[in-house]
Amino acid sequence: MTAPTHEQVSSDRLAPEGLAPVRTLTLGAAINAGLRAAMDRDPKVVLMGEDIGALGGVFRVTDGLLKDFGERRVMDTPLAESGIVGTAIGMAFRGYRPVLEIQFDGFIFPAFDQITTSLAKLHYRTKGKLTVPLVIRVPYAGHIGAIEHHSESPEALFAHTAGLRIVSPATPQDGYDMIQQSIASPDPVLFFEPKARYWDKGEVDSTRVASQLDLADGASKATAEMSKARVAREGTDVTLMAYGPTVRLAMQAAVAAAEGGVSVEVLDLRSISPFDYETILASVKKTGRGVVVHEAPVAYGTGGELAAHVAEHAFFHLHAPVLRVGGFHMPYPGSKFEHDYLPSLDRVLDAVDKVMAH
Amino acid sequence: MAGIGPLSEEGLVRLLDHTGERVADEYFGPFAEHLTFDDLRGFWRDMIMTRAFDTEATSLQRQGELGLWVASLGQEAAQIGSGRALRDPDYAFPSYREHGVAFTRGIDMPSILRVFRGLEHSTWDPAAHNFHIYTLVIGAHTLHAVGYAQAMDWDGLVGSGDPDKDGAVICYFGDGATSQGDVNEAMVFAAVNNAPIVFFIQNNQFAISESVTRQSTVPLAQRAIGFGIPSVRVDGNDVVAVHAVTRWAMEHARSGAGPVVIEALTYRMGAHTTSDDPTRYRSSADEDYWRERDPIARVETYLRGLGELPEDFEEAVRADAKELGRVTREAVKSWQPGPTDTIFEHVYAEPHPLVDADRAWFAQYEASFTDKEVTR
Repeated sequence: MTAPTHEQVSSDRLAPEGLAPVRTLTLGAAINAGLRAAMDRDPKVVLMGEDIGALGGVFRVTDGLLKDFGERRVMDTPLAESGIVGTAIGMAFRGYRPVLEIQFDGFIFPAFDQITTSLAKLHYRTKGKLTVPLVIRVPYAGHIGAIEHHSESPEALFAHTAGLRIVSPATPQDGYDMIQQSIASPDPVLFFEPKARYWDKGEVDSTRVASQLDLADGASKATAEMSKARVAREGTDVTLMAYGPTVRLAMQAAVAAAEGGVSVEVLDLRSISPFDYETILASVKKTGRGVVVHEAPVAYGTGGELAAHVAEHAFFHLHAPVLRVGGFHMPYPGSKFEHDYLPSLDRVLDAVDKVMAH
Repeated sequence: MAGIGPLSEEGLVRLLDHTGERVADEYFGPFAEHLTFDDLRGFWRDMIMTRAFDTEATSLQRQGELGLWVASLGQEAAQIGSGRALRDPDYAFPSYREHGVAFTRGIDMPSILRVFRGLEHSTWDPAAHNFHIYTLVIGAHTLHAVGYAQAMDWDGLVGSGDPDKDGAVICYFGDGATSQGDVNEAMVFAAVNNAPIVFFIQNNQFAISESVTRQSTVPLAQRAIGFGIPSVRVDGNDVVAVHAVTRWAMEHARSGAGPVVIEALTYRMGAHTTSDDPTRYRSSADEDYWRERDPIARVETYLRGLGELPEDFEEAVRADAKELGRVTREAVKSWQPGPTDTIFEHVYAEPHPLVDADRAWFAQYEASFTDKEVTR
């Protein structure tokens, strides 16, 4: 059986109502469509997770996939995260490409051992004889008024481990493209989905990624492309660096700052491991100022890594120290406090003011 | 050794006792009936070879040639008996002490020691031998094994009735591992997915210094009941019984009937690793008791008693074992680390800028040293 072309996929599945290749989708629907396209393209792609079948996942990101692909390819698993990741690793040894859903950020930790000691290291330990192309989807970050363990941003804990790739889409287009690029990549990928942005709408052109993945070296190109940052807005005074849930906030801050006469460049980093330092350094060298905005606690975080790298490689271009805006060094507080705990427009603008004051 | 705890010897399947006498077993006896004296001499030879290799490795560690060694001394019957029950399509996941199983899977024995000399983390190609690399994180591989078994099923390699095609997974781990969450999750996933896998517990009675009584109050095989997995306890020092039980279990799994748990009660005659000191936590009386139950001795007694261990065969095997030791020693001593640059390979399958940057930095750092030495 040959995989259907993307044209067929578009007409059969992605656009059942005869819609054009460019459509307006929510981020959640875009990821759903991306999963569908990947499953159509490659019969070795299988989905695993808790409640992803009949329920369609607690956020409905796998909605409808069980019906169309069956129980063998859309598997409701036992309630055991280490078991999900561990058994998927074994499936990958036989050429399968499991895409896993961890229900919430705060519940990934039972699988931390499998992810960091097995998944991340197996390609290295076997000197490349085994590849482990797992994708672990993690709905993450806050702003949904949830109870504890449902709003965390644990990406730095994984970024510290070599062997993993870590990405986070901020737009429906990236949700659609990057999930397919992650699945195509031979490396294990943690795919952090900003859950508060699942309902944000945007245009999705389904032809872009399809033409890339059809190339002979499509997997390499896909891996390289999902590792690149995107200049979301051009500016000249300050570079705001954000990813996932804080990209929209950074865009809002840029608009607000412009009213005060400050020109803000916004980078949607997209990839956390690796960071696209080429784009980052080019921007910071141009503006001379940088502010990192993420929801994760600031201490020991990805913002610190960015600030250190920028200081090391663009020191003489800087007019001010790189500042970080993020969560406090504490467990995630009760959700009635999350608007004060998380980066807000005021806090981002405050940091912009500070770097401008230097 | 009596009682109902995890060290109980009550109800162990046994076909050759420690005095070298055959024992009848209504259910499992037939699974050993096909064994000829040639087969038994083969098992004996495999165990001798495994022990010779193991003894040489321990010496090499003592001489400073290896960073560490995990001896398989005393567990040869559990490993050879089960390893020789595998067929080509079967796939084995070892923990890190299964040197005997490695021998049965055709692994170049000295090459195992490259890991313990600190040269690399694995040597053989798992797919070429259907033998996975060693896993040091206790129990982590049991989940990989279940996933692999599920995938074998999806690929149509289970329950087809074609003996050249049908296979199953066997996964080895120890008594300590049975306390790990991963092992318990592995049994849940295997049970609900009816995965073609045999969980082979080598209960060698110790997790480093801790007695198995710190892991369980009941025989480990009983744990399987709660998962709905059939299980059997076998005398792990009886190569014939281990073979019979494993043969039964693998056929069960290959046929598509689902997972099995085997607990082989054995005894780690040596230390956990060469860093360990067993005199701190066990008695010499205990060691003496198990030395009398040496897995190799009972086969020797049995075969010799029947005149089935000819002197020339024995001499040839002893010579082969000595030669394996010599080859191993020479190989290990000849190995030197390659260029440090190689440590940057295979961190990722696709290029990663951080690895590239580290590699480039290291290259220029090393180059700067060489320059200074040259000018000096």
